Amino acid sequence: MKRRIFLKGSLAAGTLAVAAGAGMLTPRSVLAAAWPKAAFESETEADALNAFFGSSDAEESDQVSIKAPLQAENGAVVPIKVMTSLTGVEGIAICAIKNPRPYTTSLRVSDGGGGLYSTRIKMGQTSPVHCYVKAGGKLYMASQEIKVTVGGCGG
Amino acid sequence: MASTKMKIKKSKSGGYEVMVLAKHPMETGLRKDKKTGNKIPEHFIENMEFAVNGEVIAQANLGTGVSKNPLIGVGIPNAKPGDTVTVSWVDNKGESDSAEKAVK
Repeated sequence: MKRRIFLKGSLAAGTLAVAAGAGMLTPRSVLAAAWPKAAFESETEADALNAFFGSSDAEESDQVSIKAPLQAENGAVVPIKVMTSLTGVEGIAICAIKNPRPYTTSLRVSDGGGGLYSTRIKMGQTSPVHCYVKAGGKLYMASQEIKVTVGGCGG
Repeated sequence: MASTKMKIKKSKSGGYEVMVLAKHPMETGLRKDKKTGNKIPEHFIENMEFAVNGEVIAQANLGTGVSKNPLIGVGIPNAKPGDTVTVSWVDNKGESDSAEKAVK
């Protein structure tokens, strides 16, 4: 009986182990990390940033640029593209401030990765969207207000 | 049925950009089933990994705030023609899928 439960539980871990064995995963701790549950469940932006980046002190930078519509017709699909000319990018995160859970998505980058991340997010209402880039141990940010005419959370 | 499509294009800032379209409902857990009135449980992609020639270069963390059928783009500045790009994702129910393509 216990063996059953154990097998079930280790199934997910097993896939990762197989991938690691086949050289699919590098042993770097950054990318072996699990899904950042704490950051996603935070209800404030600062909590989420602390959980993901380890700090919430961000400096506004013009080296971080956001490509997003000024007005989104449909809040369920808002395209966002974050680009940065900074070097040594470690991570990128996108927060839609007025969503129930502001922390929307993030990207962990290792050597050989680039400063570009594009995705489509859901937005409940008109809100500023903050994009954070961690590069060389420091946190940089840029923000843009996106108007939403039809909300897309739980609709 | 899960399906994952991938496209690699040249990026304006140099290097290449991978675009991935994963077919996934990305349920928030807040939506209700109109017929039964029960909440539809959360179902979303958690992690998506990008690898070039087997070496992971980036990992995207997705949550319920990402639109359904996520379209994710990531830069791969150092890729060369002939390199193999692999994308694999896992969702909160343990389902997974992957796609592979060579850089042209």
